[in-house]
Amino acid sequence: MRFAGRRPVAFAMVALLVAGVAAWVLWPSAPVRALDRKITVVDGPRDDQRVTLDATFFPPEGGGRAPVVLLAHGFGGSKRSVRAEAERLAGQGYAVLTWSARGFGASTGQIALNSPDYEVKDVRQLIDWVAGRPEVLLDGPGDPRLGMAGGSYGGAISLMAAAYDRRIDAIVPQITWHDLADALFPDATGRGPEQGVFKRMWAGLFFGMGSGSPLAGAGLGAPGGDDAAGAGGEEGEAGAGAPGAGAGAAAGDVRCGRFLPEICRMYEEVAESGRASAGAVETLRRSSPVSVPGRIRVPTLLIQGQRDSLFPLGHADANARAIAATGAPVEVAWFAGGHDGGGEPDWVAERTTRWFDRWLKKDGSPAGDAFTVTRDGGRDPGTRRPIQLHATTARYAGLAGTERRTVPLAGPEQQVATPPGGAPAGISSVPGVGSLLGNLGDAGLALDMPGQSAAFQSPPLGAPLEVTGASSVQVKVYGEGEVTLFAKLYDVAGARPALPQGLVAPLRVTATAAGTPVTVALPAIDHRFEAGHRLRVVLTTSDLGYALPVAGAVHRIGLAAPALSVPVVPSLRAAAAGPAWWTWALPLAALAVAAGLLLAGRTRREEEPDPELAEVPLQITGLTKRYRDGEKAVDDLSFRVEQGQVLGLLGPNGAGKTTTMRMMMGLIHPDAGEIRIFGHRVTPGAPVLARLGSFVEGPGFLPHLSGRENLELYWRATGRPAEESHLAEALEIAGLGAALERAVRTYSQGMRQRLAIAQAMLGLPDLLVLDEPTNGLDPPQIAEMRRVLIRYAARGRTVIVSSHLLAEVEQTCGHVVVMNRGRLVAAGPVGDLLGRATRGNGSSGRLEDVFLELIGDKA
Amino acid sequence: MTAATQSYSPGRTLPLRVEFARQLRRRRTMVMFGVLLALPWVLVVAFLVGRSPSQAGSLRISDLATQGGLNFAAFTLSVSATLLMVVAVALFCGDTVAGEANWSSLRYLLAAPVPRARLLRQKLIVALACSAASVIMVPVMALLAGTLAFGWNDIRLPGTGEGVDAATVLPRFAIVIGYVMISQLVVAALAFLLSVSTDSPLGAVGGAVGLVIVSNIVQAVEALGAAREFLPTFWSTAWLDALAPELDWSGMIKGASLSVTYAVILVAVAFRRFRGKDVVS
Repeated sequence: MRFAGRRPVAFAMVALLVAGVAAWVLWPSAPVRALDRKITVVDGPRDDQRVTLDATFFPPEGGGRAPVVLLAHGFGGSKRSVRAEAERLAGQGYAVLTWSARGFGASTGQIALNSPDYEVKDVRQLIDWVAGRPEVLLDGPGDPRLGMAGGSYGGAISLMAAAYDRRIDAIVPQITWHDLADALFPDATGRGPEQGVFKRMWAGLFFGMGSGSPLAGAGLGAPGGDDAAGAGGEEGEAGAGAPGAGAGAAAGDVRCGRFLPEICRMYEEVAESGRASAGAVETLRRSSPVSVPGRIRVPTLLIQGQRDSLFPLGHADANARAIAATGAPVEVAWFAGGHDGGGEPDWVAERTTRWFDRWLKKDGSPAGDAFTVTRDGGRDPGTRRPIQLHATTARYAGLAGTERRTVPLAGPEQQVATPPGGAPAGISSVPGVGSLLGNLGDAGLALDMPGQSAAFQSPPLGAPLEVTGASSVQVKVYGEGEVTLFAKLYDVAGARPALPQGLVAPLRVTATAAGTPVTVALPAIDHRFEAGHRLRVVLTTSDLGYALPVAGAVHRIGLAAPALSVPVVPSLRAAAAGPAWWTWALPLAALAVAAGLLLAGRTRREEEPDPELAEVPLQITGLTKRYRDGEKAVDDLSFRVEQGQVLGLLGPNGAGKTTTMRMMMGLIHPDAGEIRIFGHRVTPGAPVLARLGSFVEGPGFLPHLSGRENLELYWRATGRPAEESHLAEALEIAGLGAALERAVRTYSQGMRQRLAIAQAMLGLPDLLVLDEPTNGLDPPQIAEMRRVLIRYAARGRTVIVSSHLLAEVEQTCGHVVVMNRGRLVAAGPVGDLLGRATRGNGSSGRLEDVFLELIGDKA
Repeated sequence: MTAATQSYSPGRTLPLRVEFARQLRRRRTMVMFGVLLALPWVLVVAFLVGRSPSQAGSLRISDLATQGGLNFAAFTLSVSATLLMVVAVALFCGDTVAGEANWSSLRYLLAAPVPRARLLRQKLIVALACSAASVIMVPVMALLAGTLAFGWNDIRLPGTGEGVDAATVLPRFAIVIGYVMISQLVVAALAFLLSVSTDSPLGAVGGAVGLVIVSNIVQAVEALGAAREFLPTFWSTAWLDALAPELDWSGMIKGASLSVTYAVILVAVAFRRFRGKDVVS
């Protein structure tokens, strides 16, 4: 009954749980409202160009006036690239405006690379537009509470717009540039873009106007395939609508696509020469935050990618220094991503929201850490995905680190050949490919061509070295003429050296016969060099991603100082260091629970035996046992057996005989009453049970072992000495002969029965309890069994035999206990009972009649 | 007349030697060990017969198996740890008490008398020893078979194809075996609890295997997020971290901690249940 009541409850609880989880997983999220608008703006140097921007406005969820966020898209993308991010922000209570920048998506106009004359003016008019929306919170007339965020191209417009429009209150530029000229013409010796090496492959992608450019939306949500198609498909219409110079010239359209002609010409010029002219540098810098020093004065969260060969960490560093110099709060995060692939969109979105919560909603969100670096936390053993740890510190260290360590370098002067025609070229990373290959580990694609590189190596590290920033090395370049070199810092362990993040630092040196000393700033990284690993600085003459000299040459490179200076930031620590607290707490708690389970309710009743009963083989007092359904199997049973008796326990099937015997063996617990064997109370496993031999409800043997092995193993299981077992006597009683050596599974029912009785007699116990011992035996065996039992008792031992066969009891037993329905009906010597029957009906005294009469009376 | 009680001592009942003799000579024990020992050779034959050159460049663990003995052993472990070893452990620990109940021999052991807690303790020790043996013998035999068939080469890691020195990896195999043993503790303890709760050995073994399967299915529901980390099977493949170039303990520590936690509680519940149980089989 108890059982029947509990099951449905458990089932209902499980069903509810499953339904709840399913509902939680499958519940449709409420759609975010989005209003598509065409916003017309006027821009150009003379404010005479009319452009229609394709925009979408997301009112804040929850209504009322809310701060507004302008979300800008990446190069090659459109407003649709940032839709997911916009919906997320709208869901968190921000009004959001997304738009396709001029020259992208369904907007008209031409790409001017975030120029102050074009894109910046567009944004200022978008701010005017949102200031008129009734959903937007205003700081003053026409001045909305406004933040701006975006990745890459969208990050740069955030910075540029913040410099030109005071109404912007906070920005989160991601994976973007500080100086576009420097990004495309980097020089690791710090002599500026005019001396830089042209980043040919990235620039080609950037200007290639490919609608499928990997820049599209990189870092901020995944660009959808339909998005790219939309940008390409609308190109013709947009070009025709643009009133700018060069409109209608078919050749110009093919050559320049949707670029402004000046930008297009500048690109053609630098791509052909491989050199940045002063004019090109000026044009690129007008589109860069470097041109507006001291003018960006709003709280800025800079998120830059560690895996970014286009806009490496140095750009965020320069932006951070410029903005911090105005006194504005700045936080910097180096996340696991960038233009070379990877990313942690959830973390970036969460960090962005927190920044706006603090500076736009002003809801008291705590300041983040000034400097966050995403580090590799190994792999999640369950999902096999990489785990990212966020190491933080309260002060932004910059690329120089808070401390510098010196690692000794060694290596002879080495000759390097510049390959004529620039091929074959070494590989550091391939733009657009990194994201396809995904996480190759640090090994990446790095490859140096033989004969083209000089390598200088440190001894194996004695302790792990966590490099955070740009290391520097001093080398001398011997020879004549100008040479283009690419500096790399490898992590060497085992056969394949790893190039952290696939980053490389290009430089141009004019070599001299006496050796030109140069200090090379190696790529900025955050990388842990393990103990036993070596650091290797490699200078090579070619790299697939860069413009290379056409003429072949040979130069010699040596170390100017035998040391590598590396930046470290010891205060950068990941919060979740060491194993989770529960890894030690859970097992300890489990041990406590286990101890509680085992100690609670322990019955430690070391009862003294009753000395008066020491010679009484069995005394049962008030024994009661209920079945689960409450019916009594044994009901207030009391009787006593004296030494030397053969007692018959008599009763019809279901009288409670077997249950009583199981209680004698300590197998089941009585509900009331007690059993004492030689004065000792019977409990499960009580030592006095060693004086009891039993055979209850059939034999129990290991079927794969022989009869002899079964008895031997059973005796060894009692732990008593072999000489006490009297095995030979027991085997004689079993009378199995040669069958004793066969596996028990081959035995007949009778053979098992005899073996089981022999097992009960092992050790010649003082009290032998046999339940229906003659079942399955043939008549001669039954007769033999009777003689065995009588003989056994004659030696002063006691035997209790249960049976429902009266004839057997009559012939074997001197005493009898009659049970019916769990109760004692009669007890006494067989003769007394027979006599009572004679008195009762006058006929001849047969136990069968007595039995029937007794149970009939009580029934 | 009191010789029996004088020579009887609860601490001497059911010695481990006896319990080992009772269990090891069973056909199911021998068949299970036979299957576990034969499995690596079956796989070797399968690879030799079905070797296809088209997969030469692949970096999946199954395609790298023929790289050498170490790679082969790692592969064998990865295919057997999820189910075959679970079945073996569940068999040894699930059958141990329920099997005796099924043969009716349990009641005679208890009346011998072997104290109940001692009976469980001795049986648990023997069952765990058999389980440990089965966890050890698969990778060791696979190492032997793989080395004979494919040679003694450095290990190549799946996914990256990185090579790790054989001499470095060999001691790591001890970590792998140790971790797999610990992670199977939860299966062992669950099977043991079911074993004392039912008279049907099939029910105990099947119940334990079934719960492992259910846990694996629930684990696939990504929406459960971090809650899945506390499923008993979530960390069952964490031993792969021991073969990575950088040995990573974090997953194995979590897995071992969870497994021990579950095992301790389940075993305690088993002892508690058996202490108060009416043995009616």
